[in-house]
Order: sequence, then C-alpha cells, then structure tokens
Amino acid sequence: MSLRNSAFAATALSFVTAGGVFAETITIATVNNGDMIRMQGLTDDFTARTGHTVEWVTLEENVLRQRVTTDISTRGGAFDIMTIGMYETPIWGANGWLVPLNDLSAEYDVDDLLPAMRSGLSHDGTLFAAPFYGESSMIMYRTDLMEKAGMEMPTAPTWQFIREAAAAMTDRENDINGICLRGKAGWGEGGAFITVTANSFGARWFDEDWNAQFDQPQWAEALNFYVDMMNESGPAGFAINGFNENLSLFQQGKCGMWIDATVAASFVTNPNDSTVADKVGFALAPNSEGVAKRANWLWAWALAIPAGTQKEAAAKEFVEWATSKDYIELVAGKEGWANVPPGARTSLYENPEYQKVPFAQMTLDSIKAADPQNPTVDPVPYVGIQFVAIPEFAGMATEVSQEFSAAYAGQQTVEEALAKAQALTNEVMESAGYR
Amino acid sequence: MARNVTQRRKILNTAAAWTIGLLIFFPILWTILTSFKTEAQAIADPPIFLAFDWTLENYGAVMERSNYSRFLWNSIVIAGGSTILGILIAVPAAWSMAFVPSKRTKDILLWMLSTKMLPAVGVLYPIYLLFIQFGILDTKIGLVIVLMLINLPIIVWMLYTYFKEIPGEILEAARMDGASLKEEVLYVLTPMAIPGIASTLLLNVILAWNEAFWTLNLTAAKAAPLTAFIASYSSPEGLFYAKLSAASTMAIAPILVLGWFSQKQLVSGLTFGAVK
Repeated sequence: MSLRNSAFAATALSFVTAGGVFAETITIATVNNGDMIRMQGLTDDFTARTGHTVEWVTLEENVLRQRVTTDISTRGGAFDIMTIGMYETPIWGANGWLVPLNDLSAEYDVDDLLPAMRSGLSHDGTLFAAPFYGESSMIMYRTDLMEKAGMEMPTAPTWQFIREAAAAMTDRENDINGICLRGKAGWGEGGAFITVTANSFGARWFDEDWNAQFDQPQWAEALNFYVDMMNESGPAGFAINGFNENLSLFQQGKCGMWIDATVAASFVTNPNDSTVADKVGFALAPNSEGVAKRANWLWAWALAIPAGTQKEAAAKEFVEWATSKDYIELVAGKEGWANVPPGARTSLYENPEYQKVPFAQMTLDSIKAADPQNPTVDPVPYVGIQFVAIPEFAGMATEVSQEFSAAYAGQQTVEEALAKAQALTNEVMESAGYR
Repeated sequence: MARNVTQRRKILNTAAAWTIGLLIFFPILWTILTSFKTEAQAIADPPIFLAFDWTLENYGAVMERSNYSRFLWNSIVIAGGSTILGILIAVPAAWSMAFVPSKRTKDILLWMLSTKMLPAVGVLYPIYLLFIQFGILDTKIGLVIVLMLINLPIIVWMLYTYFKEIPGEILEAARMDGASLKEEVLYVLTPMAIPGIASTLLLNVILAWNEAFWTLNLTAAKAAPLTAFIASYSSPEGLFYAKLSAASTMAIAPILVLGWFSQKQLVSGLTFGAVK
C-alpha cells in the first residue's frame, strides 16, 4: 500500500471511530394522520441538526398495524422506528420487542410527559414508546343549535341530558341529526366507542377471573340506550359510520353533537374545511347519572424503536427530536399553535399561547378524566379503557363489534348481539388459557 | 346462417352495452373527478359532479410529499419482471402439458390452480421468514419472484388453453422438416400463439401492477410500488379524499393507458378459440 493510500485509510478510520455516531438513514413506519404528515414535512430540521436522513413508510392504520406486527414478531428489521399506539406498546414491551426508553437526555424532560400518556406507554414502569400526540374523547356540539333548542350544555353532562338535547336539536326536514356517533364495526372504530359508553354505564368486559360480562344488566342498558337514542336522533345508516363519516357530517352542519376523539376539534374548527367552524363548543364526555366513570378514552400515537435495529442511536435521536418541546415550538412557529401535536406534554398546556386555543383546556381535562389503570366502576384484571391490553383483544373485539353493528342496523336484537358476544368472548378466553 | 337483428334490437343492445360500460367505469371517473376538487368539495353532500372549481393542488401536494417516480419505477420493474419471468417458465410448461400430456397432466393443472385458493395471509409468516433468511425483504427481486410464483398458475393455464387450440399436426410437420425442440417452440408454436401470449402477458402485468397484499407486506421504503403509494394517502382519522384520489389517479394512469392501447390484443386473446 502506498503512503498516500495508507494516510487516506487512516483518516477515514479516524472519522468512523472518533464520532461513534455518523450519518445514518433511518426508516420510519407511520400512519397518514395530519400531525404525522406535518412531521414528515419538517424532517429537514432533524437532518440539519443531526446529519441523519429519514425514509418514510406511510400506511393506513390497519395496514400499518399488520405490517409492523409481522416485522417485529419475526425480527425482520425493515423499520428503525415504528408508530404504534397504547394497545400495542405494553404488550410488545413485555415481549421484549421494543428498546426501553429509559436513557433519554435531561433536556428531553421525560417528567414533562402527561402522566396518563406515560403510564399507558409503559410496562412495569419502563417507558417503551414516546408519545407523539395523545387524545381522549369529548363532546363537540353546535352552539347555535343548542341555543335554538333553548338548552345549555353543562361542562360535564350526563347521557340523559345528551339524549334530551339530541332530540331537541334534531330537525329531519333540514337534515340535521341531533347526534352523530360511531357505529362502524372494528375494535378501534365502533368497538372503541361502545366500550367507553358501556364503561360510563358501569359495565366492563371481564370480571377479575376473566369471565365475559356481556350478560350483565349494565351492558344491556348501555347498548339499548345507544340504539334508542341513535334511532331517535342519529343519522340514517349510523351502523356504518366511523370517525371520517361523522367528521364529514359534522363539518357540513348535519350534526348537533358529535362525541369522538379530541383530535377532531382542530378539524371541525378549521374554516377551510368546516362550514360550522365558528359555532362549535366542547364538553366532557358524558356518564350515566350516578356512575363515576365517563365515556372518555385514552389513546396516543407514539414512536417506538424495535429491538434489534442496527441504528438504535440514530433512531433514539429522532424519537427525542419528534417528541421534544423544541419540536412543538417548531410546529407552532411554522403552522400556528392550533396545529401542534396535542396531548403529550404538560408544559404545552401551561403555555399561555396554547391556552388561547379554544379546545386546549377541554382536551386536557378529558385526558385527565381517563384512567387506563382503573377504567371501570367495578375492578377488572386488565389495563386499557377502550381496549383490553391483551393480544387476543383485537380479533375478539372486532367480532363483538360486528355483532353490535348488526344490532344497530336492525339485523338482530340487542339481546341476541350480547348473547353472541358473551359466547364468543368466553370461548376465546378459554382457548387462550385465561379461564 | 346469420340471425336477423332488427334495428330496434341493435339500439337496445348498444344502449345496454354503454350503460354497463359506464357503470363499470364510473368509480374510476369519480376518482379522477374527485382528484381535481378541494377536500371540502370532495365530501360535499349532495355530491358535486362537474360544477366545481377545478384545481391541481392535490397533485401538487402529492408530488411534493411523495417520490412518485420511485414508486412508478418499482411498479414497472416488479410487474414487468414477474410477468416476463413467468412467461419464460410457463411457455415450456404449457407446451409439454398441451402436446406431450401424461395421465397426470390434468391433476397437475388442477393442483397448480388450487394454490390460488389458499388465502395469502395464511402463508405470510413463512414467506416473510424466508425473505429475512435470504436477505430479500424490501427488494424488487424478492417481489418479482413472489409475484411470478403467485401468477404462474394463471399464466400456465391460459397458455395451455391457447396451445390446445393449435393443431398438433403443424408441430409434427415442423419436426418432420427437421426442426429441433427449441426451434419448434420458438419458431413455430410461439408465433402462432402470439395473440394468446400477448393477452396473457397484458393480463399478468395488470394483475401484478394491482397486487396489494404482498407488495405492501414485503416492502418498506426501497422497493415499495404504487400500491404502497396509494395506501400512504388513506387515513382513518382525517378527510383527505381528494389527495387520495389524486394518488390513485396517478397510480392507475399508466396501466389505464396501457390497457387502452392494447385492448384489441386483450380482447382477441381472451376470446381466442371461443368461437370455432
């Protein structure tokens, strides 16, 4: 080897070893939600700070879930960061599939994460995913229609009030439905909604011995209440309406009330998309009179690093950047405070600029009202509010929600749907060895 | 003898054909129209058909966010590669089954077709593990192999049907004139079966182009084709129908144009031997 070549090789080696970390290209799997797309647009800031580049794989939520589950369970290594939710994180963390996030930097200020989010994304006290944005559910209602009906929305209404108000706001001639709610089958769609509704009537999925509870009177009461109210004041064909269908109806002024994800608040108050942007009020999700639990759910889209990735250091840098206080400031500077990712950090809600956003306080109150460790009135052996954090839940709850949707559509009675739900749930739990 | 067709019947038939054609085409037309609307117009109720302010902003947004040319190139390589590889394997296979059948030929053909009856998700994990083992996850070559294999039964079946229509005597004559097996297949059989091979080729390009299970599950950032491009615009939390329509239009446009220009070959190939 010539002297020149030796010198060149030595220089190159010193570059590689001196820094420890050098520019990498990391692959991130994510969902196509507004906040995520905004993050993709701001990736240049991360590259400028660290030198790392990012390749995005954006997929629809269900496809993403299947795709990342296949990859992580086989240790495929296709992704360096995965966008996952509160359902997967504790299960995958317990399986040892995720890198623990217990060495985040002091500037990151992990104690600033909202306690509910931090606890929902941890297993045995160890954080396994950093919340990018969090949400609960709340009531969004038309202030003009409420006034016209001669009623006033309390900050924390009951289901009985909601039903009464929905009936008063319904105006079939002008195509206005008093209330729009999810009915679509799927554990994360109508399944999530009816589960929190049932919680607020005192029902639960399982007792402490993992026996299904669909044969208990609280479930029948919740389901009958929902079906009767929707038949009285809901839109036609509500059994197939999910988040997007209701968002569309609300934005076009066809709903008096809509109870759904807090993240929807920024959509319905955006004058570019919503015809009722300046007539929307917010209230806490309801409960049945005398029941201590409200119909609040808790969800976070979070960034997790699969165990075994070759680019763990660079991936951690990205996770810190995207879920940091600085990132929130960056988005606020470019797109305004109403568009920052909500529901992840306490400091955001202490920020006087953010406090001016009309739905900020109600979002925080809704998140605070949700407790995934104690989701129901009676004790349960599981964690999770709109889901049960066990691997069998997704498949089982999808089947249960299909039975419920069939009842909403009038294809079977509520009692028949509950009996089928009870049988299939017990069967799954028995074969999985819980009972 | 030709049947007498009255003028009235002709008009009725034409009207029925147009109605069915338009009904089938309507979802594609609606997607294309939606791609030129704003997000608010895309969800308007009652729906707006043509009277809206046409805009190209969705295409602009899609082009800005996604690397369309990379997805397109991946689709071309994967669909084209898997079809060509499939044809290269299927022509000799179909020849042997059509002209030198054994008593098990029919069983083999049926067995090949039966592999199409298995739900793809049933073999997702074994295939995924094999891909990891061979280091071909998120590579075009991996997808070319998988798509070739899943479409091979259809290619063999189609070519077998076309080859069966060709009289064996012609091949015998070629053999008597001293043609080798290779020459027989290459210079006698293949030119005669061109319409059949062309339609098989086109149909398989379309099938491979539109295949969305394996192309989504076996790719990440590098080898993802246009199916992944469309999937990236579908959102359960947010109304982005206009952008999704723009992405869909961009994904189907190349195959739509190809289908349009080759419809004559497609129809003649698919009806090959139907009328004797």
